[in-house]
Amino acid sequence: MPSIPYEHGLILAAILFVCGLIGVLTRRNIVFILMSLEIMLNACGLAFVVGSARWGHADGQIMFLMILTLAAAEVAVGLGLIIQMYRRFHTVDISVLSEMKG
Amino acid sequence: MLEWIGLLPAFPLAGFLALVLTRGKLPRRIAGVIGVGSVGLSFALAAAITVEFLGSDALSHTQVLWTWMSVGNFTPGFSFYLDGLTVVMLLIISGVGFLIHLYSTGFMADDPGFARFFSYMNLFVASMLVLVLADNLVLLYLGWEGVGLCSYLLIGFWYDNPANGYAARKAFVVTRVGDTSMAIGLFLLFQQLGTLNIQEILTLAPQQWSEGSGMVVAASALLLGGAVGKSAQLPLQTWLPDAMAGPTPISALIHAATMVTAGVYLIARTHVLFELAPSVQILVAFVGLATLLMAGFTALTQRDIKRILAYSTVSQIGYMFLALGVGAWSAAIFHLMTHAFFKALLFLAAGTVILSLHHEHDIFRMGGMRKKLPVAFWSFVIGSAALTALPFTSGFYSKDAILLAALEQPQYGTLLWLGGVLGAFLTAIYSFRLVFVAFFGDDHTQDAHAHHSDDHGHDDHHHGPVKEITGFVMAAPLVILGILSLVGGFITVPVDSVFGVHEEHHASTLVHGFMIAVPIFGVLISYLLYSGAPQGRVLQQWLKSMRESAFGGGLTRFWFSGWGMDALYNLLFVKPFVALAQLNRKDLIDQFYGLLVELARISNRAIVLTQTGYLRWYAISLIGGLVLVIGIGVWA
Repeated sequence: MPSIPYEHGLILAAILFVCGLIGVLTRRNIVFILMSLEIMLNACGLAFVVGSARWGHADGQIMFLMILTLAAAEVAVGLGLIIQMYRRFHTVDISVLSEMKG
Repeated sequence: MLEWIGLLPAFPLAGFLALVLTRGKLPRRIAGVIGVGSVGLSFALAAAITVEFLGSDALSHTQVLWTWMSVGNFTPGFSFYLDGLTVVMLLIISGVGFLIHLYSTGFMADDPGFARFFSYMNLFVASMLVLVLADNLVLLYLGWEGVGLCSYLLIGFWYDNPANGYAARKAFVVTRVGDTSMAIGLFLLFQQLGTLNIQEILTLAPQQWSEGSGMVVAASALLLGGAVGKSAQLPLQTWLPDAMAGPTPISALIHAATMVTAGVYLIARTHVLFELAPSVQILVAFVGLATLLMAGFTALTQRDIKRILAYSTVSQIGYMFLALGVGAWSAAIFHLMTHAFFKALLFLAAGTVILSLHHEHDIFRMGGMRKKLPVAFWSFVIGSAALTALPFTSGFYSKDAILLAALEQPQYGTLLWLGGVLGAFLTAIYSFRLVFVAFFGDDHTQDAHAHHSDDHGHDDHHHGPVKEITGFVMAAPLVILGILSLVGGFITVPVDSVFGVHEEHHASTLVHGFMIAVPIFGVLISYLLYSGAPQGRVLQQWLKSMRESAFGGGLTRFWFSGWGMDALYNLLFVKPFVALAQLNRKDLIDQFYGLLVELARISNRAIVLTQTGYLRWYAISLIGGLVLVIGIGVWA
């Protein structure tokens, strides 16, 4: 099976990462920000898997499994926080919550 | 008994603590009992100790209570030293102090600060007892400063009048100049001799230093500076007349039993140092002479009954300094004792007058009080007679001893003697001027407030009828002090062993006669001038025309202001200091630190701008930082 060049994989990971980053930076709805974060995490995961395939090591894949677990935990906590935020402020717009302004 | 010596200052100290800790909540009766009783106990103990000490053959007794501190070979102890000089001082302080306390229960009976007053008085007596009992100069300095503190508290006792607070601060600051000099003296002594124990210093000094060597001159001059400040001698005498702002018993306590005698005591205690430095010792004599003459002339022109007495104190302490300066140590201590008797008597009697006349201080607004205030009148007559040194009063013997000793001074004997006699003449005039003006002639109490400058605070002039206020507690001290002023001259002060010499002064009958005649002549002149007697009309006219002439008027004002010393110091020290302070109002050093603060504040404001509260900004800065670090890592 012809292998995909690992550069392609890395470029895809980078594109996904930047997409996620732009999402985090530009979105105001906190749910979307959370989703964009997931994309960034998965971009990292992809880079790990590509690296693992390139050097024939299992480490990268194991790392990806860990990132998955982490992401699951993070989503659980994140969603919980979002529900609390919605209950308290009746909004999911992150810009409204700028009380820490110096 | 001797081992209980530590209790002497402990009684008044306990009284002070009891009165302070109850914060005036005690009933007056109990507060009075504590205040007077503690000093009374001290006096009883002092008397018992004196009897035992003089009965034994011992020349001195040292009682080490505990070590105060121990730093290297510097180990001053809380230890008390008792000898003939200490015994005399103890009896004066606790005895006269007790009488003044007793009197105060009557004088201060209606004052709201009754308990506070007695607490300060007790602390005053305790400090003074520590001062005279101390066997080392550090402990002496503790008492020295304690006395200074208490004088500040008591002069400013009626603190709701700012003038009183000012007088208190003045006393504190001026004496502090002397205290600083004394502290430097102590450092020098310790650095040179390695000890501050007084007796060790007195033995070591002659071994280490030859007569007139630089170090001993410096040390004794510095000690003299301290003594001059505390005893209100030139050039630091300006605080004492203003110290009259306090209640009258305080003036009695400061002037008679404590405080101002501390300087005399210090010099007498360290007399060996002064003997080793003849130049300083003669300086002591001339300081005393100059002070006694200056204060004498000033007292001639004062109108305030208490200020006249204050200047007479300055003048009498001048006599003690004169005696110290010519080496007549025991004569100085003798005069200290007799002065304590008659000056306490005069001040307490003045207190009676002031209280009876509803806080009237001006003697020219009294007059004719002889009949209305008999107790005060007789007290004043006796006290003034002793002050003037009329024959057979206590002051006569002590002043006689001083003047004869001055005459024997080899170099300047005649000059010192003549100055002292002139001082005695002045003393006679001003003290009987007070008596004649206040107690003879017409009653001026109801005169209008024409030329009455009232700067004495706490004066509530509701002019009721004049009625002498003397309960038993106020009359008894006057009577006892009156008797002591009369017969005190027959007491021998047991200080010969302390100074190692027995002083006896002889002079021709002519000199003796002259010294007896001068004060009597002074009294006569005073009678002619101030009692309104018809025989003295010529003199009175002359005085009036003198006072109205430009020169005489100027001189009167000059003397009245205390030889312009206050104005001079104002010009020399206060004004430049205030000017400097104004110059540095913005505080140059502080401005540098202010700059730092401003810098921090500006950068704070800049950084605050980055705290937008928007999540994305934080994310961007995170990412930006990351990119930057990676970029540096890759390309650098």
